[in-house]
Amino acid sequence: MTRKTRRLWLVVACLIGLGSAAALTLNAFSSNIVFFMAPSQVHMKPPPKDRTIRLGGMVVAGSVRQEKVKDTPVAIFDVTDGQDAVSVRYEGILPDLFREGQSVVAVGTINPDGTMRATEVLAKHDETYMPKEVAEELKRTGKWDPRYGKAPDAASWNTMTAKDAPAKASDPTQHGS
Amino acid sequence: MNPELGNFALALACGIAAGQAILPLIGAQRRDPRLMALAPALAVGQMLCLITSFACLIHAAITNDFSVQNVAANSAVDKPLLYKITGVWGNHEGSVLLWAMILSICGGAVALFGRNLPSALQARVIAVLGGVAAGFELFCLLTSNPFARVWPAPMDGQGMNPLLQDPGLAFHPPILYTGYVGFAVPFAFAIAALMEGRVDAAWGRWVRPWAVAAWCFLTCGIALGSWWSYYVLGWGGYWFWDPVENASLIPWLTGTALVHSAIVVEKREGLKIWTVLLAIGTFSFSLSGTFLVRSGILNSVHAFANDPARGIFILGLLALVIGGSLLLFAMRAPQLTTGGLFAPVSREGLLVLNNILLCSICAVVLTGTMYPPFMSLLFGKTISVGKPFFDATTIPLAIPLMAFMGFGPMMPWKRAHMWPVLRRLWWAAALALVALVIAVVRMRDILPILATALAVWVIASSATDIVERLRLFRQPLSASLLRARSLPRAVFGAALAHAGVGVTVLGLAGMSQASHRIVEVHIGQTEMLAGDAWTLTDVRNAKGPNYDAMIATIEVRHNGRLVTTLHPAKRTFASQHQTTTEVAIHTNLISDTYGVLGDKHGTDANPTYVLRLHHNPLAPWMWLGGLVMAIGGALSLSDRRMRVGAPRRAHAANMVTPA
Repeated sequence: MTRKTRRLWLVVACLIGLGSAAALTLNAFSSNIVFFMAPSQVHMKPPPKDRTIRLGGMVVAGSVRQEKVKDTPVAIFDVTDGQDAVSVRYEGILPDLFREGQSVVAVGTINPDGTMRATEVLAKHDETYMPKEVAEELKRTGKWDPRYGKAPDAASWNTMTAKDAPAKASDPTQHGS
Repeated sequence: MNPELGNFALALACGIAAGQAILPLIGAQRRDPRLMALAPALAVGQMLCLITSFACLIHAAITNDFSVQNVAANSAVDKPLLYKITGVWGNHEGSVLLWAMILSICGGAVALFGRNLPSALQARVIAVLGGVAAGFELFCLLTSNPFARVWPAPMDGQGMNPLLQDPGLAFHPPILYTGYVGFAVPFAFAIAALMEGRVDAAWGRWVRPWAVAAWCFLTCGIALGSWWSYYVLGWGGYWFWDPVENASLIPWLTGTALVHSAIVVEKREGLKIWTVLLAIGTFSFSLSGTFLVRSGILNSVHAFANDPARGIFILGLLALVIGGSLLLFAMRAPQLTTGGLFAPVSREGLLVLNNILLCSICAVVLTGTMYPPFMSLLFGKTISVGKPFFDATTIPLAIPLMAFMGFGPMMPWKRAHMWPVLRRLWWAAALALVALVIAVVRMRDILPILATALAVWVIASSATDIVERLRLFRQPLSASLLRARSLPRAVFGAALAHAGVGVTVLGLAGMSQASHRIVEVHIGQTEMLAGDAWTLTDVRNAKGPNYDAMIATIEVRHNGRLVTTLHPAKRTFASQHQTTTEVAIHTNLISDTYGVLGDKHGTDANPTYVLRLHHNPLAPWMWLGGLVMAIGGALSLSDRRMRVGAPRRAHAANMVTPA
């Protein structure tokens, strides 16, 4: 075998390896990326029904209900970003750090009726922690400016929801009618 | 007094490291034996200083010295002694000090075990290690000093995150860090070789033991971490493709490639520039892995220290170390003599293929890990990439890797032919086929079935390799034993490490068939899962040293025979208002029975409890395989050809260069 054909072999092998890696990555990116959405975004632009999303926000105080379907426990709770709330249904054990009025990320799909079917619920190890996505969303919607102190606590969250949610939620229907 | 001694020792170590980085380098340049002889002495001195410093911090934690801010923030009087010690590295400042101490021990090891290295090379290696150490010790002193005092000292500390209060934490970080830091030695060898402008077979022989040793620790560290998350986090999972986990997997992949490509340098004087690049890359990934995570760039559940202020310092340091070494590489690599090209069908050809595939896997893991932070940084989009992405990208690349792994060790060097190798491997192929048939019958999904067959193929072909070399079954047993004694241990080590990969993959394939149920039951109620009957017989309350626990008793029966009694628990830590889940696991090495206790519902008179029951087939094999890989690595380290003391002969052999 000449030096040239050997070099050709090496180049071809490298190209096949890196090429297939790139192809696999692009292919997986198109179908397996999980977008983060806030409840208000879910209402304004619902994702396709089989698309997995991460829903982030605060658990509305007083919204957590436990049910039992056959022998499986089901937790139902509302997640809010201060403008809108999405009802989440989760079969399983809620994480140890799951609390009403604290931030949470739910992973799952959105049903046609706008509720979420979660396959996973994440709460952070640290109590004072707020998921980065939730913090960004708070800042974006003007609910919290880090320059003026800590993030608002659970109680104020719910009042903000009550005040703002109807106005925002009625927007799409006004356009529709 | 003690914390001041620790602080002083740390500062002294930093000064020594700075000297260690400069003086031997000048000595090596000027061929001044006195300056070069300083290197080992300085390295050992720095090591002793840092060990002293670390011991002082442990002493402060044991004696509850809450005037030390680090102890006050992470310890408490009522914490058990073991966790007072392990808590020292369960936080940012302590872990940086541990990191620096391990790096200095690496330097000390090169000084003590590398006495037979040419003195200029040894001086340069130690100087590079000293330079890296000086940077990180400065980082420790300036931005995260573990000995900082707090005044007035609090009466009691704030305690440690209860999740970290676990025996697994005693071993996981030090072993993982040893793996990460260990790759600093091959890195230093690579930089020293670039400075000298010479890479030859002897260099490959010197660098390989250090790479193999670091690789063993990293393998153990990753396996332990995975096991820890399996039994502590209680989600029933073992790998979450979390950025922190990926940060350890990426250097493992390039490190594995390095361990293999260094063989080609040693035996065939090929892949030299590539091996130098891999050595630089592996340590760069280790560094970024450990420190990007701590700067908060990659946010994840594991990062217990998120502080952007430190990020600037660490990014500068990373840029200096990684950028500087890559710049040196770009300047010097063209001057290195290139080795020959290889025939595709040969041992070295397959080793090249191994490197291509491992680096492709590394590239997709790196892309998947870095894409989300870059997207949010550049476009403000928040996305995440999880298990489906990594499964879809890594598995198709791992399949050919495993298929070729069976051939590799059997293939002769230089010019080989497929047919004789295939003929010797026919029974391994037959076994793999049998496994394929069994898997098709017993398992669901195509990938686990394929993985099972390939895992059996890898294990069987590794066994074939040994059987063939010993001529077992073809000559009397005593003759085979005689051959076994003369066969280099590295051969056994390689076969064992390859078989370990097979064992791990079998475990992964088994775990893909795991089943679980989440149930809410009364006391006395029985639920079925995977043929076992699980009965909750009792739930009681108990008090631990610094927590209150709710402990359940679950009896698991198979066909009416009691298999095991599980005691999953929930602990509530008063000082942190935090609860943790204590998983109960029973294993018979074929499958794990894994029970988790959830919340208590209903009234006190008629309570119900949420339970999560898992049946995890072959789960222990995943970590057992990692252990087997590490034992294989250690076995080949004990080979006398690999010993760091051996190079004297290698040097002599090197002078008679083959024409």
